[in-house]
Amino acid sequence: MNNSLIAQSFQNAKKENRPALLTYTVAGDNTKKKSLEILKSISKYADICELGFPHNTPIADGGQIQTSAYRAIKNGIKINDVFSVVRKFKKFRKNKPIILMGYYNMIYQYDENKFISKCKKSKVDGIIVVDLPYPENKIFASKCKKNKINFIQLISPTTSKSRLKKIVKDSHDMIYYISMLSTTGGKLKVSPKKIIQEYQKIKNQNKSKNVVIGFGITEKTIRSLRKADGLVVGSAICKEITRSIKKRQNTVINVTNIVKKLKNKIQ
Amino acid sequence: MKLKKNIPLIDQHDKYGFWGDKFGGSFIPETLKKPVEDLTDKFKKLRKNKKFIRKRDFYFKNYIGSPTSFIKLENLSKHLGGAQIWAKVVSEANGGAHKIYNATVHALICKAMGKKYIVGDTGAGYAGKMLSMAAKKFGLKCKIFMGAKDIRRQKPNCDAMKKNGAEIVPVYSGSQTLVDAVSECMRYWVSNCDNTHMCVGSTVGPNIFVKICGWSTAQISRELKTQLKKEFKKIPKKIKLINCVGGGSSAYGFWSEFIDYDKKQIELIGVEAGGPKKSKLHAAPLSRNAKIGILHGAASYVCQNNEGQIQETESISAGLDYPGVSPIHCFLKDSKRARYTYATDEAALNAYKMVTKFEKLNPSLEPSHAFAEAIKIAPKLSRDTILIVNSCGDAKKDRDILRERLGKY
Ligand SMILES: Cc1ncc(COP(=O)(O)O)c(C=O)c1O
Repeated sequence: MNNSLIAQSFQNAKKENRPALLTYTVAGDNTKKKSLEILKSISKYADICELGFPHNTPIADGGQIQTSAYRAIKNGIKINDVFSVVRKFKKFRKNKPIILMGYYNMIYQYDENKFISKCKKSKVDGIIVVDLPYPENKIFASKCKKNKINFIQLISPTTSKSRLKKIVKDSHDMIYYISMLSTTGGKLKVSPKKIIQEYQKIKNQNKSKNVVIGFGITEKTIRSLRKADGLVVGSAICKEITRSIKKRQNTVINVTNIVKKLKNKIQ
Repeated sequence: MKLKKNIPLIDQHDKYGFWGDKFGGSFIPETLKKPVEDLTDKFKKLRKNKKFIRKRDFYFKNYIGSPTSFIKLENLSKHLGGAQIWAKVVSEANGGAHKIYNATVHALICKAMGKKYIVGDTGAGYAGKMLSMAAKKFGLKCKIFMGAKDIRRQKPNCDAMKKNGAEIVPVYSGSQTLVDAVSECMRYWVSNCDNTHMCVGSTVGPNIFVKICGWSTAQISRELKTQLKKEFKKIPKKIKLINCVGGGSSAYGFWSEFIDYDKKQIELIGVEAGGPKKSKLHAAPLSRNAKIGILHGAASYVCQNNEGQIQETESISAGLDYPGVSPIHCFLKDSKRARYTYATDEAALNAYKMVTKFEKLNPSLEPSHAFAEAIKIAPKLSRDTILIVNSCGDAKKDRDILRERLGKY
């Protein structure tokens, strides 16, 4: 998938000698309109925006992202709304890559093929499916590829070496390395040095793949991992949305400030 | 969709873990791939290991108290007329329910894998109570995840868990019932799979957990087969095996030895939770035709909305109050080997009243659902029909609910 927007974003960051910054927010959190505003605003600083399509039984998400997801569902977000958020965002900033992230049942109910063609129409750049691991994801991944959508493979500290090789081989432009044994939003319980070592093992398989690190990354920890091709921040952002709502403050401004700070730490 | 003969149903899946090409599988986050694979390899070896089997059988006999009795419910049969009603009194097992089989096997596996921590989910509290017992017996540290609503309504079992030294982790998300407990337990395992073993409390979850649980509860039907031959000289010509279905572990255990029989000889009837009479919510994905979906790492019929959000369920029985069901029961449904129906809260309560009035038996609200079906169909059947109900749980845990709804316990 040469020259995908995702690949370009990594190249651009590399030119500036820094990792790409990836943000994660939940579509519809806390409303459809607000989540679009947040996305538009933070995309000034983020290189790639991950957008969650919320599920009410998320088996790999911690408290912060669960709260965002339940809030979005409660406020009525539907899959088609998620696509419309993407479409509107892409009209506003057409070169900023969007990666949809969620659980397989949502895709299964929508119908795999329909989901992918809707992604294509809405200009989605990539898809992460938390509970569709390799090799079960082979068919879905190749369907994505045919439609010029990046399917993003995940690798974790428990991934064996032989498995890692196969996953890297089957991956597209980007690979997501889960920093530690944890759901999203956990505290970083592994040293950055160790994480970078593991990250390097993936890079050693194929230097041309862009490998991002996620889970446990906050303002405090982001700088220590800046050797990576990209860094994902999710829970810290969702947490800020929750905090702002509670304090009746402007979520768009507060979240944007956080993303700006994150970006400054890795410049 | 066809069943194979002479192969246990738990083993009739393809290399990706699917039964009948579409039920089951392992929809898990990458982090769990390795621990699930390790567990799969270990279980494959252990079940072929004679020493391990001897150990299992030793504990089944001396710790669980197998075999549980098989009795005729003379008074109830006489009262209803028609078919003979029998019960396999699995609630006699140590701890008061069939959940002890799966819990004991998981504790043995956990030991064999060299892990010191074990975690599990629970709804009615039996799976949790039994895991806490087994953990105590085998020297493991135990954590039980349980919905806050279930903690309130199944207090006696919570007391037992605490007495056994287990930590109960209350789950406040969603409907605060079993579905949320299983999710939270899986999340905990994602974060701690390096030193912790997970037990799933029923024949649900990723493929390997369905297999281990079914392999464990299958003891029930092995016993029943022997007992039938002893009681009737040979397997009778008209049998109906009636079992409640939450996740489906007791039903599978009750049926597994009899699946190869012709359904004209041995009919398998699963009874799900229909919920309150006037409620739209139910926990009956099989009998009320829910669509296939993915829940807790497996594809099965699941109560859900069009978007794929899992539906809240409602049932008087915490053990049956679950939106999904075992993939092997989906397979049994689609291959038409088993028939599934449901009983409402009210029907289960009435069945409880009737059974306890006529018999010295105290079935919990889960098997009361199965009794409701037996009571419904018995009068229409011939005298030589043998209806057997798996009385798989004791009602002590339901004390508060029964007192509230029936005015007495
Ligand atoms: C006594 C009893 N029966 C039945 C069930 C339902 O589970 P399953 O369908 O796996 O037997 C439970 C679950 O907690 C239970 O405690």
